Amino acid sequence: MTSASLLSWADARAVLASDPAQLLPARQQMAFTLAFHIVLVPFGVAFTFIMMIANYQGVRRGDRDALLLAERWSRVAAVLFAVGAVSGTVLSFELGLLWPRLMGRFGAAYGIPFVVEGIFFFLEAIFVAIYIYGWKRLRPWPHFWTGLPVVLAGIGGTASVVAANGWMNLPGGITLRGGSVADVRPLAVFFNRAFWYESLHMLLAAYIVAGFLVAGVYAAGMLKGRRDRYHRLGFLIPFTVAAVVIAPQIFVGDVAAREVFKNEPAKFAAIEMLSTTGDHVPETLGGVLSPDGRVRYGLAIPSGASLLAGFSRSTRVQGLDAVPVEVRPQPRLVSIVHLSFDVMVGSAFLLLGLAAWFALGWWRRRDIPRSRWFLRCAALSGLVALVSLEAGWVVTEVGRQPWTVVGLLLTRDAVATSGNLWLFFSGTLVIYVTIGLGTVLVLRIMHRRWMARPDEEVEVPYGPERPAERAAPEVGAP
Amino acid sequence: MTNLVAVVLFVGVVFYAVFGGADFGAGFWDLTAGGAEAGRRPRNLIDHSIGPVWEANHVWLIYCLVVLWTAFPRAFAAIMSTLYVPLGLAALGIVLRGSGFAFRKVSVRTAEQRVTGAAFAASSVITPFFFGTVAGAIASGRVPADGDGDPLRSWLNPTSALGGALAVVVCAYLAAVFLTAEARAQAVPDLEGWFRRRAMVAAGGAGVLSLGGIAILQVDAHRLFERLLGPAVPLVLISALTGGAALVLLRSAAPRLLRVLAVVAVGAVVTGWGVAQYPYLLGTHLRIGAAAAPVPTLVAVTAVFAAAVLLCVPSLGLLYFLQQRGQLESE
Repeated sequence: MTSASLLSWADARAVLASDPAQLLPARQQMAFTLAFHIVLVPFGVAFTFIMMIANYQGVRRGDRDALLLAERWSRVAAVLFAVGAVSGTVLSFELGLLWPRLMGRFGAAYGIPFVVEGIFFFLEAIFVAIYIYGWKRLRPWPHFWTGLPVVLAGIGGTASVVAANGWMNLPGGITLRGGSVADVRPLAVFFNRAFWYESLHMLLAAYIVAGFLVAGVYAAGMLKGRRDRYHRLGFLIPFTVAAVVIAPQIFVGDVAAREVFKNEPAKFAAIEMLSTTGDHVPETLGGVLSPDGRVRYGLAIPSGASLLAGFSRSTRVQGLDAVPVEVRPQPRLVSIVHLSFDVMVGSAFLLLGLAAWFALGWWRRRDIPRSRWFLRCAALSGLVALVSLEAGWVVTEVGRQPWTVVGLLLTRDAVATSGNLWLFFSGTLVIYVTIGLGTVLVLRIMHRRWMARPDEEVEVPYGPERPAERAAPEVGAP
Repeated sequence: MTNLVAVVLFVGVVFYAVFGGADFGAGFWDLTAGGAEAGRRPRNLIDHSIGPVWEANHVWLIYCLVVLWTAFPRAFAAIMSTLYVPLGLAALGIVLRGSGFAFRKVSVRTAEQRVTGAAFAASSVITPFFFGTVAGAIASGRVPADGDGDPLRSWLNPTSALGGALAVVVCAYLAAVFLTAEARAQAVPDLEGWFRRRAMVAAGGAGVLSLGGIAILQVDAHRLFERLLGPAVPLVLISALTGGAALVLLRSAAPRLLRVLAVVAVGAVVTGWGVAQYPYLLGTHLRIGAAAAPVPTLVAVTAVFAAAVLLCVPSLGLLYFLQQRGQLESE
């Protein structure tokens, strides 16, 4: 490490010391509320699909267990949708309350994907309500089909929101004049260069998280000895969805990482914790970047990063030294990005292993693997998937720092300049913690109520109406 | 083009005021319905009538936010950086309200329902109040074009106080009329009477506030005052007429007619505010044209709006249709 680069790290820190007072609370609050909201996203996006599988099985094959599952899942979804809808609303407010100068300067471009998302959110809210409240009175097949717009709106909504995020990473489709947006090409804004891989990656992640989390609940039940058909089905449907998606997700993630290497070199350098540009770059597992720019701890796989990025040991990878000092991320942030990336990839491979274990058992015996260890791992798989999801967001969000819109707007220039944001953040913390606890409590209450009455003939959806409906044509038939 | 997008934005404001407002108002009556035993039946009716629709109605707020920040980013930044106190409190109120409502629906014990219900009901009153103060601040020209206005006096002033109080009362009025209609549709005469009396009280309150408001606006927001009694006066009259008609017909009219009358009454007065403010987005210092995004963005917003009309309006129609036919029930 030369003294010149030592100096430059110090300079970078000195620049950061002049940040506005609002920056830290604003970033903390945004991170906290996003991290909270993202837990609910998979339920809005992917849970309905899982519900529809059970619903289909129930109606098509007259499977009462499957119908009961679908109906109960929709009650859980009703709570989570509500909390997700309102915590998502707070994010919209925060874009203005915390980052008014982002919206004021770039709203004309950055806002467009959110306008599109508005349509999907509308459709989702409408059909979620019809689906959730329609169990009793709607006829089975029409009711089933009201779930489809929710699934499609979930895909569209994810794509739109992630399009906005992609635009922050690789802004395009605008012409600036005197620092403000003079012209906009809406399609180029929406379908920015990060759009496809980011949105696909998030969409698959939502299915994985929802699948493993829901399956985990029934795995835990089976560990407690509830090995009836209801629990098996409750495990198999969501687990299969997640297990099918995890392998393609790792492939998409690999493609995405190479796109980041090509298009977002500063973020890639942070992911690889690479101080100096060069070839034969090792892939470091774990470890941190110390303040002097040296990699500490960690296990280095020789030329690993070069191989993964360009399929050749001699692939040249840009280091943090190529980033101008004044916008170079601090070593602490680099370490966070790097470790988050490792956590994301590591946990994804754990989940892949679990899916393979399941596939092996199914292939050999057409059954869930017998080992209790499998169920134990499956019970925890949802949490692992959630950690993976959160870590992935840390990579893309923290990896973009110090920029909010890469190359155009620094985070410290986007933040609000007046008001004590710590107060707002404290209020938000209190309310969110209360609501987080409330959600858990309410779900437990529902769980206990259902466990207390395990065999509810009466509560099976379409129950009272169906025999009559079925009977009518049969009577008329010769 | 800019005027068209301003209309697109204001459509959202009117719909949120009417449909979101009715849901907020239901929370007001929930809050004032008395103890667990006395208030059980009105609360059940409230649950039943807003349960399936409140999330869809809530989306109008998101609609307003995204259209405002995309089509008029400068105005959005100015509003947010000035009125962050009431808007921040409203945002937190929305969280409490939605979660409280969802939690109460699935709680069984009275103690749990009391806590979650109180969170829902109290925040249903606080949130429209803060939105009303925001409307008052914008209407009385207290948001500077470049933002960072006075964080307290911008919304602690006579017009904002009027806006806040009027928002709460108007929401309560709307909800009481809606719930009277709902009780009639379900043939529950005593609940019908219960909500009818409340509709009368709320309408009286709205009338008194409006009359008092005239004096406040004349002193505190003179341009708004002049314009409300100028170009916007037909809308003000329509509002007064339909609002009054809804009261007169409260005992006899078909539920659907009652709802329409109440919706027109509130929609007209909110539209009146928009007409009175035209051609300014903020006070008399930021014109709609000056705040607007580049034309391609406005075209995109309009195109998405057209798509929304094609996709969402029939869907919303289906939701309300099923709801009115009693096809949507939870337990």
